[in-house]
Amino acid sequence: MGMTMTQKILADHCGASHLRAGDLIKCRVDLVLGNDITTPVAIREYKKAGLDEVFDREKIALVPDHFTPNKDIKSAEQCKILREFAQEKGILNYFEIGEMGIEHALLPEKGLVVAGDVVIGADSHTCTYGALGAFSTGVGSTDMAAAMATGETWFKVPGATKFILTGKLSKWVSGKDVILHIIGKIRVDGALYKSMEFTGEGVRALSMDDRFSIANMAIEAGAKNGIFEVDEKTEAYITGHSRKPYRIYKADDDAQYDEAYQIDLGQIKPTVAFPHLPENTRTIDDVGDIKIDQVIIGSCTNGRLEDLRTAAEILEGRKVSKGVRCIVIPATQKIYLDAMKEGLLEIFINAGAAVSTPTCGPCLGGHMGILARGEKAVATTNRNFVGRMGHTESEVYLASPAVAAASAVTGRIVGPEELGI
Amino acid sequence: MNKVKGKAIKYGDNIDTDVIIPARHLNSSDPAELALHCMEDIDRDFVSKVQPGDIMAAGKNFGCGSSREHAPIAIKASGISCVIAETFARIFYRNAINIGLPIVECPEAAREITEGDAVEVDFDSGEITNVTKGKTYKSTPFPEFMKKLMASNGLMNYIKDYRPE
Ligand code: SF4
Repeated sequence: MGMTMTQKILADHCGASHLRAGDLIKCRVDLVLGNDITTPVAIREYKKAGLDEVFDREKIALVPDHFTPNKDIKSAEQCKILREFAQEKGILNYFEIGEMGIEHALLPEKGLVVAGDVVIGADSHTCTYGALGAFSTGVGSTDMAAAMATGETWFKVPGATKFILTGKLSKWVSGKDVILHIIGKIRVDGALYKSMEFTGEGVRALSMDDRFSIANMAIEAGAKNGIFEVDEKTEAYITGHSRKPYRIYKADDDAQYDEAYQIDLGQIKPTVAFPHLPENTRTIDDVGDIKIDQVIIGSCTNGRLEDLRTAAEILEGRKVSKGVRCIVIPATQKIYLDAMKEGLLEIFINAGAAVSTPTCGPCLGGHMGILARGEKAVATTNRNFVGRMGHTESEVYLASPAVAAASAVTGRIVGPEELGI
Repeated sequence: MNKVKGKAIKYGDNIDTDVIIPARHLNSSDPAELALHCMEDIDRDFVSKVQPGDIMAAGKNFGCGSSREHAPIAIKASGISCVIAETFARIFYRNAINIGLPIVECPEAAREITEGDAVEVDFDSGEITNVTKGKTYKSTPFPEFMKKLMASNGLMNYIKDYRPE
C-alpha cells in the first residue's frame, strides 16, 4: 500500500521506509516555532528540566506577534522572557517589533520553510506552511520545549482526506471562500487527526496567497495538517524567498485516503461563517440583512498583499459606512511596506479605515479592536468562537477580504456585487 | 495515578480552547491564575462548583481551536482529575498528555454521563465505571510509548531520560 504526501515526508524524517496511519513515530524536525503566548510556557518547562543548549540555533523561530506591540505590562513581561531566551541561546530567527509579522505570514516570507520540511509550531495555525508542500502542524508549549532541546518530536502518523480541485475561481472569490466552503461541508471535526491533501489541476489556478489561506484553516476542520501538491508556482515562491534546498513529494498512486472530495472552484461563491463555529457557513446570497459594527482585514489567514489589494480595489473611491470601524492589519512589515508603495494604505486611509502595524491583535481578542456586548464584526480571521474577539455576547462573521471590504462600505454583510462591481 | 474517581461535570460538543481559557487571560501562564478563569465563558459557575478530583465529561472535538497549553493546564489546576470525551481535538490531546492531564476517549461513556454522576476511571485497563448509573465501559488503554511518557510525569521528564548527553 502506498503513502500519502504527508506520510512520505514523515517517513523520510524518521528513517522509516514505510509508514501507515496510526504508527507512532519519533521524528526529526526542520524548524520549531513559538510566539509570545506559547513560548514563555515552553521556556519555563525548558528551564525546569535543566536543559541548556538548543539543538540548533538556526532552526528555531520566535515571533512575538499576539499581544504586541506590548499591550500591557503582563504582555511586556512575556515578550521579555522570549527576548532574553533568544539572546541567551543565540537564536538567530527572533523577530523583534519593527521586523516582525504574524508568524505564519512571516516564516514563508523569510524563506524559513520550504517544500518537504517538517515544521512544528506552538500555534495551531502552523499548518499554514502546507501551502508550500511542507508537513507542518501545531503543537503545545511542552512539545516545543522538548523539540528545542532535541530537534525531535512524536507524531501519530495521520490518515488523510483528499480534495481534488478542478476549475477556476470566479471574480471576488478567494481561497478563504474555498476553505470556508469545505469546512461547512465536512464540519469542524471532519478531518480530525487527519491530513487534508489538495491536488488536481485546480491547484494550479490558485495563487500562493490563496493556498496559504486554505492550508491555514485546515485546523478549523480538525486536521493535523493541510498540504498542497507542489507546482511551478510553489517552486517560484520558494526559490524567490529561500536558499534552503527543498524536496517535492507526491502521493503514491495507491496511497490510501479515507475520503475524497471533488471540488469545482468555479462553483464556489463568496462564503460567510456565522457565529460561533467556522462550520456555520452560508453563501453570500443567503446571509440576509446583518448590520455590523466592525470590520477586520488581516490575520495569518488573510493579511497578505493579495488580500490587501482586493480590499483596496473595493475601498478605492468609497467610504467606510458611518458608524462602522474598519481596521486593516498588514500581516508583516514587508507586506506593510509593499502596500504602502502600491498606494494601498492611502486608499484605506482615504476610505476612513484605520491601518495598524502587524499584530494578531483583535483576531484573538487581544487588543486593537475588541468588541463590546452585542456588537457584530465581519473579520477575515479564522475563528468565530464565543468571545473570540471580545465580549462573550459579541459576534464574529468570518469572510474573505472582498466581502469584508464591501461590508465595510455598506455597514451590512454583503459581497462586492452589491456595490455594482 | 492509575485510578481516579470523582463527580462528573458535563459539557457538550466542540468545547473550544477559547472558552476553556479565554485569550484575554493568556498574558499569564501561572496555573493557579489560569484556573481562576477556567471555563468562565461557557460556565460561570465552574470555578465555584469544581471539587478536587472531579471528572469532566464532554461530547465531540473537545479542546478544538488554538494550541494553547494553557487550556489543559487550567483544567488540571482547577482540580479536574480526568477528562472523558467522545473525541478530542488533536493538539489538545497531545498537550494534555504532555503536561500530565489524564484524558480518555470513549464515545459511549461520554454520551451517557450526566452532570453529577460519580465516575471512576482505571487507566491501566482503560475501564470507565459510571457508579451512579451502574454501568462500565471499555476504552482503549494508552499505547506503551505514551504510558511511559505519562509515567515519567510528562514529556519534559521523559526527554530528560532519553536525551543523549
Ligand atoms: S492571526 Fe489569529 S489565528 Fe493567526 S496566529 Fe495570530 S491569533 Fe492565531
